[in-house]
Amino acid sequence: MSDKKLIIAGLVIFCVLFTFPLWFNMGKAAPQPKLELTEKAKAAKTCVLPLEEMRGSHMQLLDLWRHSVVRNAERVYVAADGKTYTMSLSNTCLDCHSNKAEFCDRCHNYASVSPYCWDCHIDNPKGEN
Amino acid sequence: MEDSRRTFLKIAGISAMGLGANPILSAFATDEHTEAPAEEQAQTPAEAHAEAGAEQAPAAAGEHGEAGRVHVQRGSDALTAKQWAMVIDTRKLQTKDDMEPLIAVCHKIHNVPKLQNKHHEIKWIWETEYQHAFTDKMNQFLNQEVQHRPFLVLCNHCENPPCVRACPTKATFKRESDGIVMMDFHRCIGCRFCMAACPFGSRSFNFRDPRPFIKEQNKQFPTRTRGVVEKCNFCAERLAVGQMPACVEASKGAIAFGDLYDPESEVRQLLKTNYTIRRKQVLGTEPSVYYIV
Amino acid sequence: MLELTLKGGKSYWGWLVVLLAVIGGAFGLYIWQIKFGLGITGMSRDVSWGFYIANFTYLVGVAAGGVMVVLPYYLHDYKAYGRITILGEFLAIAAVVMCLLFILVDLGQPMRLFNVPLYPTPNSVLFWDMIVLNGYLFLNLVIGWNVLESERNNAHYQGWLKPFIYISIPWAISIHTVTAYLYCGLPGRGFWLTAILAPRFLSSAFAAGPALLILLCLFIRKVTRFDPGRKQIQALAKTVAYAISVNVFFMICEVFVAFYSNIPAHMDHIKYLFVGLHGHGVLVPWMWASVGLMVIGIILLVNPGSRKNESVLAVACLAVVIGTWIDKGLGMISGGFVPNPLHEITEYVPTVPEIGITLGVYAIGALVLTILYKMVVSVKEEVRA
Repeated sequence: MSDKKLIIAGLVIFCVLFTFPLWFNMGKAAPQPKLELTEKAKAAKTCVLPLEEMRGSHMQLLDLWRHSVVRNAERVYVAADGKTYTMSLSNTCLDCHSNKAEFCDRCHNYASVSPYCWDCHIDNPKGEN
Repeated sequence: MEDSRRTFLKIAGISAMGLGANPILSAFATDEHTEAPAEEQAQTPAEAHAEAGAEQAPAAAGEHGEAGRVHVQRGSDALTAKQWAMVIDTRKLQTKDDMEPLIAVCHKIHNVPKLQNKHHEIKWIWETEYQHAFTDKMNQFLNQEVQHRPFLVLCNHCENPPCVRACPTKATFKRESDGIVMMDFHRCIGCRFCMAACPFGSRSFNFRDPRPFIKEQNKQFPTRTRGVVEKCNFCAERLAVGQMPACVEASKGAIAFGDLYDPESEVRQLLKTNYTIRRKQVLGTEPSVYYIV
Repeated sequence: MLELTLKGGKSYWGWLVVLLAVIGGAFGLYIWQIKFGLGITGMSRDVSWGFYIANFTYLVGVAAGGVMVVLPYYLHDYKAYGRITILGEFLAIAAVVMCLLFILVDLGQPMRLFNVPLYPTPNSVLFWDMIVLNGYLFLNLVIGWNVLESERNNAHYQGWLKPFIYISIPWAISIHTVTAYLYCGLPGRGFWLTAILAPRFLSSAFAAGPALLILLCLFIRKVTRFDPGRKQIQALAKTVAYAISVNVFFMICEVFVAFYSNIPAHMDHIKYLFVGLHGHGVLVPWMWASVGLMVIGIILLVNPGSRKNESVLAVACLAVVIGTWIDKGLGMISGGFVPNPLHEITEYVPTVPEIGITLGVYAIGALVLTILYKMVVSVKEEVRA
């Protein structure tokens, strides 16, 4: 092939560009985010679900909550230990975790996630910020 | 050479379909998981043996479910009905001033924005003249007082709602539990088919971000975002905690609210003893808002 | 076959660049619409559907019009149409692509588009509209591509294609019927609540689609070495003549029913469109222009003398296309929403950004059509050589 050199050159450039995020960010990983709990959250000791589950599946829990509240008119969540919670992002979750910038945002920014929940749901129900 | 390349591609394609089938199916399974009633949630491991700590949420005070089984339920003070209905005694709401507090409280607690551009206005409940509220019942020679009396109009939460029939995603739906025609703002794609379908003009669309136009935000209730349709929700969030809808409470008895199918309810008593009219009855949507004229 | 679209003269590439520029500009406007909301359009709480849905409705008709070439050829063996069925099918593809795009740009939350297939709702006509439109796109792509490829290789199209072709005929009728059903099943909109809406849509479609096809054929004959054929164009012209006559007849029926019954609610919408209502009448000149154009179209098309003169025919087809566009585009939407269910009047006029985005969608359709027609013409020229 007469184009062999061009093709190989093109392939090399492509590979370099394709793996750009890997070698550009080598050794530059940001430290794991440290989350701050409010006094109220510390006092409560446990969340609605165990920590690991909340970390991994709080969005699934919120989906269940909104489905139950909006579509089934069921507003009370009974956790495994019998504790009840009103299913509300702003009025329950953010009641305890009212420091969104030091709690929710820390992980969200780290993972480059910008949930649009806050377009509608009030993110400072206690009137802070 | 041609044949083996074709065979290779065929096998590759079928393998890709096979590999892709599992994740796709499990994605749909997860969807059904969130769709199904909460009984399925018992699969999540029930771990925590926490001490009964501080109460988490105000409205759940005094409640206790069975330990060990995660589930959802209604609040103990939630009001229920087969079909919520309203009877508005228009004789008791004679002037616009009578109506102002009703409209204001609804729009305030639900974060309904006040937009200057009439094209983009959002209103859940408003007052209008008889000829606009009851377009099919106009007389040339009408009782003068009725002709000039303001009438309250809002979503009728029809028993046979055309908007629900029209919605392609069931973002607006008639709730089985209480007959309220609800909006699921998470699911609405903003196609506005429901607005075309509503025979009463009860629905509003967010043509732009509403937040700059909400004077005083009620932090207990979400706002909406641009691109979704909204309307009166019969104060579902208040009914869930044992309170009457805000407009009913503010009307000081002019509006009755109750279960249409409970023969003992105030609504049924009023319907029995008063002649009532509804908007555009002939269309058969069976509105649940009755007017005593 | 796509490689055929890469070989073209200066005017071909120049045209594509112009289209891409329009698309680019419109895309910028669309980004603005996503950020700000649909408030940049002229739509309102009362007139909640506007220019986007109006053009969508019109283009579904154009897409359905392709069946007027396919049906005589495949069902009745009208051999003459064999030369141009592919043009009808590819016009349908371009039209359906534009329809889907118009729906997309009209959505308040387009990123949630997949909620429609995720939560199927058989009682919603919009759900069925999605199915039939995408199905029609798929059908025409498969059929058109294979028929053209077979023609290029001097072979008969594959046997398995036949059932798809047969299905595409009632399917074409269904896309416009379902679109009409979007409107005519809504109890609160008297202007649309008529059994004749679906027939009216179809008659308008069978006039507009073939008329547009005639104009495209005349253009192709002018700028390429492929001649769609005089006989074919004349047959299409007769289709347009009948269809536009039926369409105007249906409109007369609507006017009669409203005004002889003298029911105010029924008359109000037509009054708003043609003479204005309570001082509001921004569409009045447009509606009369539409009627005038359609009548001119009928006169020129029904009369064999004028129909056989291809320059006059072009004028007649243009009149039909514009007339039906105004009727279905502007008239249909505003007529349904004005006056509103409380008998109040809010008028609707599209804004400049709205028109800009609309032009962008049309440019995308034109791009698709140009590319597909370039393929067809190249294949035809290749085969004839």
